[in-house]
Order: sequence, then structure tokens, then C-alpha cells
Amino acid sequence: MYNKTIADIARDLNAGEYSSVELTQSLLDRVEQLDSTYNSFITVTKEQALAQAKAADERRAAGNAELWTGIPIAHKDIFCTNGVLTSCGSKMLSNFVAPYDATVIDKFNQAGAVSLGKLNMDEFAMGSSNESSFYGAVANPWNTDCVPGGSSGGSAAAVAARLVPGATATDTGGSIRQPAAFCGLTGLKPTYGRISRWGMVAFASSLDQAGSMTRSAEDAALMLQVMAGFDAKDSTCVDQPVPDYSATLEQDLTGLTIGLPKEYFRDDLSADMQQQVRNAIAEYEKLGAKVKEISLPNTHLAIPAYYIVAPAECSANLSRMDGVRFGYRCDDPQDINDLYKRSRGEGFGNEVKRRIMVGAYALSAGFYDAYYKKAQQVRRLIKNDFVEAFKEVDIIMSPTTPSPAFKRGEKTSDPVAMYLEDIFTIALNLAGLPGMSIPCGQVNNLPVGLQLIGNYFDEARLLNAAHKFQQATDWHQQAPADIA
Amino acid sequence: MALDQNQVRDIAELARLQIDETQLDDYQKNLSNILDLVDQLAAADTANVEPLAHPLDAVQRLRADQVSESNQREHFQQIAPATSEGYYLVPRVVE
Repeated sequence: MYNKTIADIARDLNAGEYSSVELTQSLLDRVEQLDSTYNSFITVTKEQALAQAKAADERRAAGNAELWTGIPIAHKDIFCTNGVLTSCGSKMLSNFVAPYDATVIDKFNQAGAVSLGKLNMDEFAMGSSNESSFYGAVANPWNTDCVPGGSSGGSAAAVAARLVPGATATDTGGSIRQPAAFCGLTGLKPTYGRISRWGMVAFASSLDQAGSMTRSAEDAALMLQVMAGFDAKDSTCVDQPVPDYSATLEQDLTGLTIGLPKEYFRDDLSADMQQQVRNAIAEYEKLGAKVKEISLPNTHLAIPAYYIVAPAECSANLSRMDGVRFGYRCDDPQDINDLYKRSRGEGFGNEVKRRIMVGAYALSAGFYDAYYKKAQQVRRLIKNDFVEAFKEVDIIMSPTTPSPAFKRGEKTSDPVAMYLEDIFTIALNLAGLPGMSIPCGQVNNLPVGLQLIGNYFDEARLLNAAHKFQQATDWHQQAPADIA
Repeated sequence: MALDQNQVRDIAELARLQIDETQLDDYQKNLSNILDLVDQLAAADTANVEPLAHPLDAVQRLRADQVSESNQREHFQQIAPATSEGYYLVPRVVE
């Protein structure tokens, strides 16, 4: 049962092949047996999952089942879940039992999905390797010495290890697409504002976006259908109609124009990586697409702009973690300043502290124009590059990452080396565009991701292009050797 | 841009973060490297470029000023480190 996709499970439950309780129990058993190796779960909500599954089976027996009724998934531990620990991978929130549900959680509950629990992540979603979690590093199921990517490393490892068919995730600079690439999965980061951020612990509010980690584009369409839509509780959520994402999956790709940005196919990208991505592009040409070289001339400014905007917003957002109203408080504070400083000093890990400090510095008196304002101006240049490109092409493709998954410990001592991991993913967040990563090959027995970049609110086209590729190839069906 | 140790201490104070003295070297080195990375921005020509705050240039939505939520103070204070009579307790601020 564990190899089934969300779409398979929906059909099987309808056909009575097994019940939601049977499936949920078998996945919970699997988590118990295998997750000590991967460390993908922070919290397993066994009793709640079985209760949800039982209710789903009853609903089905009464003839009231809908598509998602009884389908098990799990959630990144960044989404607030009422009555359940919501740690965000941090000691700071290691005692934070959320008093309400995030909109994304609420929507899955309303749809009838079963939640198996909460998934590991880099602390406050800051990282590209899932090594900064207070709950320990996550192992990549393809090679347990390698990182699964980050920050949604737990979501990726759990789906790749077939512990769950799908998981929620979030992406601020590549945190869905990079782990999807490293773990051979289909990751979707929708347009900024497509999904409500309400109840999603904020890192960089103008970049953060929820999305999904699945084993097929068909499943990504099903997850987006649940999550997308306007929410008055998120002031940046965009009020746009939500199309039927499954309805257009099968559309023919004849005449689709694919743009290949020359800045993303640099000489220092290894020949192996180039080859895998070029093979995928050739497959698209067989499917009727046309290919055109384009230029995104401000690409080199994306990482510098991001490392002002994201830390600046994180330093403001994380000021709420002060040891007063919720979360970690230091022992025996001497005065209010000592309470703030030690609660935050002890509660946050090094990477989070570094980013808060960069942000505090960039926003401090006298530096605002040189850093934050400048970064926001560069951000517009980056957006304008994409706007120009989409006048000529329908979709943009590139590698998702410069290399396959790297070894644990390889980049932890050099934050800047870790930042450069996100070189192909980060510009999308700055521009607010939707992107996907789909598996398109392997190098050294590790998966390689193809990044698909769409125009604003063009998720349906991304899903269509990804689905057609997955019908023509079987990279998305490859599983880690220990799993299959 | 290279920071000295006093600047690192000042930034930590500004951000209300206790930093272990033994880690100052590390922070000094890593923060300086990060600032070197972002200093590449200085070379970009941004004359007359409007800063981008929201990727879709959306403006703040407004709503009618009406009560829409009920008071859930007790519910929310259950997860507070220390409370008394509906207040959050902190060390004495005013003597």
C-alpha cells in the first residue's frame, strides 16, 4: 500500500480495496519501523490519525465521501495545528502547542484528509540541508549519509521513504524545490499569495509560500486544489479564482515555448547535471514543445538581494519570540532585558541568530537605504527580467540545483556555501512566481531535479507540463534502493 | 564588509540575543562573509527603480472596523511561560 500515490489511494478507497483505517495503521506502523533511520517526523499523532481515519470510513459508508476523504498525509511542522506541538524545528517553540489551526491545516481537515503528524525541518525554515533542526538532521532515503535538502527536508524524506503519499511544505528561497530535487520528488511552490499564510510561522513574509511534496504532478494538482484560494485572514493572500488543476493535466504540449535562461546553464554546472537536464528538454521537444534561449540578466543579484530581504523580514518576524507570551523562557531571568536576551540566545540556533543579526544590522539606522531599499529595488529588476522573458516564452526550465544531494556536514561550517545551494531557486521567490521541481534523471545514483518556472498564477500550465513529462518517462516512479 | 567584535556585540544587543563570548569569532567571521556576499548589490544600477515590497504590487486591503473575534485570553494564556490574573508575568520593570 505504501507505494500508492494520492490519486491511487482515492480510487482504491472508493473501490473498497482497503479502508482508511487499514491504510493509516499500515503507514503508522511503517513510520514506527523506519523513521528512526530518517528522522522525518517530529511528532506522530497516532490516535488523532486513527480517529480521523475512522470518521472518514464512516463517512464513506454513509455515502458522503469526497475525493480527499480518508487520505493520509503529514504536515511540515511550520503549520499551526490546534492542540499539537508546532515546533518549527526550534528549541524556541519546543513547548508550543498551537492554540489554533493554520488555514492550510483547516482546509485539509475540512476536505477529510487524515494527518499522521508533523514533519522535521530546518529551524524556522532557515537552511538548505535540514541540519539546523533542534530535532536533529534528517537523512535522505536515497543515501542516508546525504542531506534531504531543506528547509522542507522532513516532508521530502517522508514522501521519498513512502511513509506518506504527500506532505505540505513551504518555500521561501527554494525550500520545497531543492529537497524535492534531492529526494526525487515532485515539489510545487505556487505563486506568492495563491495559498493563505495564516497560521504558517512567518520567516520572510514577502517570500514565504506554502506548497506540496508529492510523488507525481497529478498528486500536486490534488493538493493545490485543497490549499489554494483567498483567505481574508492573510492580508497578502490574493483574491483570484482557483481553476480545476486536474482538468488541464492532459493538455497537449504542442507549440509550448520553453525558455532556457543562459545564466542558469553556466559553465561551472557539471557535465552530468547539464546532460540530465538537456535530456529532459529533449523529451519535451519530442512532446511538441519548442525551445528558445533567453536571458535573465540580473540573476547574479538574486542571492545578494535575498540575503538582505529574508534576514530583514526574519529579524522583524522573530522579534515575537521573546519569552513572554509563548515559547521558550530562560531559567531565572534577572531583569526584562536578561529575559529577552537569554530566552532568545538559548532558544535560537546559530543559523537563526546569524540571520536575525544580519537583518537587524541591515535595518539599523543609517543602513536602510544601502541595504533594504537597495535590495527591494534589485528585486524589481529581477521581476522585470521574468516579465520580459514571459513575453516570449510560456514556461522557463532549468536545473533545480547545481548538484545532487551533498553529504551531511559538508557545508555546515560555511553559511555562504550553503546559501549558494539556492542559486537557481531563489529568484522565483523574489519575483513571486510559481515553480516546480520534478525528477528528470540521476547522477551517482542520486536524483536530479528539473525546475519548471511559470508565469503568475499559471500553476495549471506547470502541472500540465510536469504531468505530460511524467507520462512519457518514469523518473518520478524511481524509488530509493532500500524502499522499492 | 568586515565587522569587528564590538560591532558584533552591538548588533547582538540590538537584536536582544545573548551571544557566548567564545562564539564571537565565529559570528564575526560568518557575518562578515554574509555582508561581503550582499555587498554585490552596491554595483547594481537602481537609479529610478521603484522598490518592490509585494511581488504582485498588491496594496493593503481594508475592512470595516467591526468586532469579528471573541476574546480568547484564557485559551491563549495557557501556553504562556508565566501569567497572573490575566496578565503576562515578567521580571519587575518599574521599581
